[in-house]
This record gives sequence, C-alpha cells and structure tokens, in this order.
Amino acid sequence: MSVSTPPLVELVDVARHFDVSPPWLNRVLERQPRALLKAVDGVSFAIARGETLGLVGESGCGKSTVARLIVGLYRPTRGEIHYAGRRIDAQGADPGERRNMQMIFQDPYASLNPRWRVADIVAEPLRARRAVAGTAATPIDARVAALLEQVGLARADGTKFPHQFSGGQRQRVSIARALAGNPAFLVCDEPTSALDVSVQAQVLNLMRRLQRELGLTYLFISHNLAVVHHIADRVGVMYLGRIVEMAPTPRLFAQPQHPYTRMLLDAVPDLALTGKPRTAVAGEVPSPLDPPSGCTFHPRCPYANERCRQELPLLRPVMGAESVGAVVACHAVAEGRLPLPSAGV
Amino acid sequence: MGAASVIAVPLLAVEGLRVEFPTRHGTLVAVDGISLTIASGEVLGVVGESGAGKSLTGAAVIGLIDPPGRIGAGKVLLAGRRIDNLPPEALRRVRGREIGAVFQDPLTSLNPLYTVGRQLVETITTHLDLDAAAARARALSLFAEVGIPAPERRFDHYPHQFSGGMRQRVVIALALAANPRLIIADEPTTALDVSIQAQIIALLKRLCRDHGTAVMLITHDMGVIAETADRVAVMYAGRIVEVGPVADVIHRPQHPYTRGLMGSIPSLVASCEELTQIDGAMPRLTAIPAGCAFHPRCPQAFDRCQRERPELMPAGSTQAACWLVCA
Repeated sequence: MSVSTPPLVELVDVARHFDVSPPWLNRVLERQPRALLKAVDGVSFAIARGETLGLVGESGCGKSTVARLIVGLYRPTRGEIHYAGRRIDAQGADPGERRNMQMIFQDPYASLNPRWRVADIVAEPLRARRAVAGTAATPIDARVAALLEQVGLARADGTKFPHQFSGGQRQRVSIARALAGNPAFLVCDEPTSALDVSVQAQVLNLMRRLQRELGLTYLFISHNLAVVHHIADRVGVMYLGRIVEMAPTPRLFAQPQHPYTRMLLDAVPDLALTGKPRTAVAGEVPSPLDPPSGCTFHPRCPYANERCRQELPLLRPVMGAESVGAVVACHAVAEGRLPLPSAGV
Repeated sequence: MGAASVIAVPLLAVEGLRVEFPTRHGTLVAVDGISLTIASGEVLGVVGESGAGKSLTGAAVIGLIDPPGRIGAGKVLLAGRRIDNLPPEALRRVRGREIGAVFQDPLTSLNPLYTVGRQLVETITTHLDLDAAAARARALSLFAEVGIPAPERRFDHYPHQFSGGMRQRVVIALALAANPRLIIADEPTTALDVSIQAQIIALLKRLCRDHGTAVMLITHDMGVIAETADRVAVMYAGRIVEVGPVADVIHRPQHPYTRGLMGSIPSLVASCEELTQIDGAMPRLTAIPAGCAFHPRCPQAFDRCQRERPELMPAGSTQAACWLVCA
C-alpha cells in the first residue's frame, strides 16, 4: 500500500439489485415469480486522485446506479466501496467519510430548490458542515461570493432565484453548491445532457478548469461518447449492469476491443463527414429483468458462439495493453476470434 | 401559377415566415422572416439551440401553431400552392396526406388506448381510398418497411408494449401512411439511445431515397444533420444565420455563430484542451438585441452589427447573415 499511492475511490464487486416483484397476493394467486432487477451486477474499478473516470453506456445499463451507490443514495446489495482507503458502504460506516464527495445531477431544474435564493442554496452545505464538524466560522457570505465567482457567476446573482437563470447558469449553481464543502471527489451524472451544445462547452471547460485549479477527482457519467472522450482520462463502458471494457481514453477510442464498444463508436454520427461505411447496428438492449445467459451482449453480437451463450466472460487485461490497464470482458477477444478493431472513428 | 410551374418549383417554399405571440407586454416574434426551400427528395436540416425557433418553423409549415401564436407574415407554398392560409379542414387534408410529421417523443404521438395497427389503418383510410383489407395490407407492409419485426404479431400490440426505438418506427410508419411528399421530422432521434438513433437515421435516409420524399429534419444535434442532411440551415434567435450544403457549413462555416457552434462540439477524433466557447446565452424573446441578434456574443462584432440587421448573403459556398462576409 505504501509503495504505490492507493486509489481515492475503489469499488470491489459492487452490485445493486432491486426487488421489482409483484405484490405478495399477486404472486400467490397468479403464481407470478419474484422478479429481481440487477441494475448493477458486479462492478469493480478504482479512480486515482486527480483522475477523471468516464462511464458510458445506453439507458438502463446501470451507470447512474453506480453513481448513486458511491455517494450513498443506495446501499449496495453486495461488494465494497472504499474511499481514501476506508470502507464507506458498510452499515454503521461514518457518514462523515463521504464529506469529501459531492454529486452533480443531470437536471439543473430539478436539483435546485425553486424557493431558495441561490446564495442560500450554495451556503447550505457550508451551514450543514459547520453543524457536523464544528469548524471555525469562515464568513459564509464571503465564501458564497467566492464560489459564485469561481464558477463564472456574479456575486450579485446570489440574491436571485433559480428560475431567473438559464439551464447552463443553473448547472453552474449546482457546481458551486457541490464545491462549497471543498470536496476532493465529484460524481457527475450526465451534468451536460440537458444543456445546449454551446452551453455544454462552457460547462465542460469550467469543469476542466476547476479540476486543474482544485485538484479534483471526477467520476463523469454520460451517454455521449464525444463528451466522455473530451473530458475523461480513462473510460469504462457499461452494458446491462456490468463493465464490459475499460481503458485509457485514447486507447479505448483508437482500439476498441469489445464488440459492444465498437458498435457504440460506429453508431455515433460522423461529424467529420469522412463517408466511412457504417456497420448496421442490430437489435436493442434486452430487458435487465430477463438478461440473456452467458455474455449478456451475445444476442446482438456478430461474433457470438456457443461459449458466449453459456459462460459469462470476466474482465481480463487486453493482450499487449496490460501495461496501460486496458481490460475487456469478451471471450472472442480472449480467444483472438475478433478481427482487428477498425482503427478508431 | 401556370407560369411558375414551368420553372422547377421547389416542393416546399417558405417565404418571409414570421411567427409571433401577442402578449400583454407586446408581441413576441419567435420566428422572424425565414425563407427556405426544399426540393423533392432533399433532406434539409434545421439546426439550432433551444429557443432558436426551429420547432416553430416546422409547426408553422404544417399549420400546427397553437393559439395565441400565429403566423404574422409570410407564405408557405407546397409545390407552388399556398397552404398557410387554407381553412382548417383543407389544411387537415394536406397534413398527413401530403406532409407527414414525426415528433420527438413517440409515446405522446401515439394513442395509448388503441393498438398501433388500428392507428395506422385509421390514418391510411382517412387519407387514401382503400377498403379495410387493403388498408390492413398496406399497414403491414409499412410496418415491415420501417423495420418492425413480425408485423403480423405486432399489429395488435399497444404502444406501451414497444420499446422507444420501435415506437419511433411506428410513428414513422404513421407519417408515411399516405405516401406524403414531405416529412417534417422534429427531433426524431433525440429521445433515443445512440445505437437506436443510428438505426432511425439509416431508416429515414433509406425511405427518403426509395420514395423521393423530402424531409425537413429539425434537430439540435449537428451529428445527426451531418449524417443525414443534404443542406443545412442554422438558426439563431428566430432567424436563419447560415444556410448551405452540409459539408460546407460543417467544414467551412462563415457565420461566427456557426463557427462557435461547430467548435463547441466535442470530437471523437481530435483531442483538445479547451472547447471553443461562445460566452453568454441565446437572448430571450423579450430582449432580442437590435441589429444582428448575435452581436453581443460575437467576438468580431463592429458598430454596423449593432445598428443594422444583416440579411442572408452569399459567403463562400454558403449563405450567411453577417456583415463580415459582405466586406
């Protein structure tokens, strides 16, 4: 442990299952079975201090559930979550351990209290923190003003209400609120998905600048591959509650290994108008209530064989890329049955 | 009309269209003097950020502006025939028969209480003179054409039994029911995942090619436009600021707003430290600046931009509404 720096955040085989069974009476009378939705089913990764880990995937793949597990909005069904070397998920773990992490949500319209002035919204974590930790009182007003200026708002904006701001400005308020408690780690769940593209650029630039200035660590969740490509150092691709591939960003985009990653990259509209032929994308994400056997991607995978239908592949280092930490969960890749990745996009 | 039809009449011509909303504090102009044309079989992309007026432009073409909104000025011509001043009943026949529409949210475009087959048959028999059996056969072939597997079985399913992508296919089948010459597609892929989006884009392109249907594709997603459109019109604050062939607008944008917009899109190919940033936000309808509406955010604005409003003028291989290009 003392040789290499320990990761700031570490997830070990974390799973979260939701019981979505019909009511007891229906189960008895209509003989319906219990239903278990495995939103996250065995996810492990580590985030180093100062790093940005991107998580991508389509709706329902469990990426938001991972975010909520880390910040403690859900309790994991199994597995361990460590923060700065200490386990934070266990029953009775000190909630203060999460003091250094904050979350930014997708919808800046729903995550700000419409009846509060912006200054109060940003000051709330400061006030709450003082109640918990009993630190010496830094003048709250001065801190709020500094935070607002840090995210590119004016000091006078503190007296306004959320509805007086545009979506991008509201997301800046969310960021200021998240930064109020001097966090080291921010979980960002689709922070720019509700924003227009030029406003998205403003928020992404802001997040990068803050990371540089404050040494923040990000978990950045998005369905937008281009956004993740821009902001993340390392990217994990999720499919039906599992990570199917994880690699440093340049490596993942230049040499995608998993057939699902390749399919996703192929599906992104090609802004460069290179006119490259696009492989037809087949099928849809299956219901997580009734996931396919073996590799959950096999019904959509052009390379699936009998083994893929029966045996769940585990994440293994990619041959020739072990040193950079590229891992992929695919039998076809492990057996060398796949053609070489079509170099990037 | 007789003389005009000798020259190639564009399928859709919008001239000086103005959509306004009277309010207690004066009239808000949401779409301000837009002119555009779409030829048969052409895909015109209309791109812009929220509030640019792109959806209202589409709604005005099919006569779906909700009161108190109204078309304040301008003309909409379909194959040379004026349709914006038709009485509601006549307009209803144009809508669906000659112009189909696909909206963003497939769930709200479909009636949840009827099976998709019944909805499609109803649309077909409303517009085409077919008996029940022929209408059903046409419905099944449409379902097959838009890529719904096992149409016979899916025919009697309700909208909630379909996934988002499949629902959007049903909506496209509805839009195609009467073989229209023009489809207005307003954010058809925005609610869909990226792999499903690619399927729907491919479908729209194929239908367009096979039927010679023209499409007005309204979206905020430049990637979708790049994949699909032949020409693109960029809207800002209710006006078209640049229009031209899609490759030229993407690679050689002339208007500073288009340039900023293109630079702000993160790329999958190139890495950069900072994205181009257009500071500020699109003005509200109540406070559209005088002169060029973009001038407060424009890094190259000069005094003429604050006084005079530029019209579209030739700029390179596109047309841009900017005083910089006429110099």
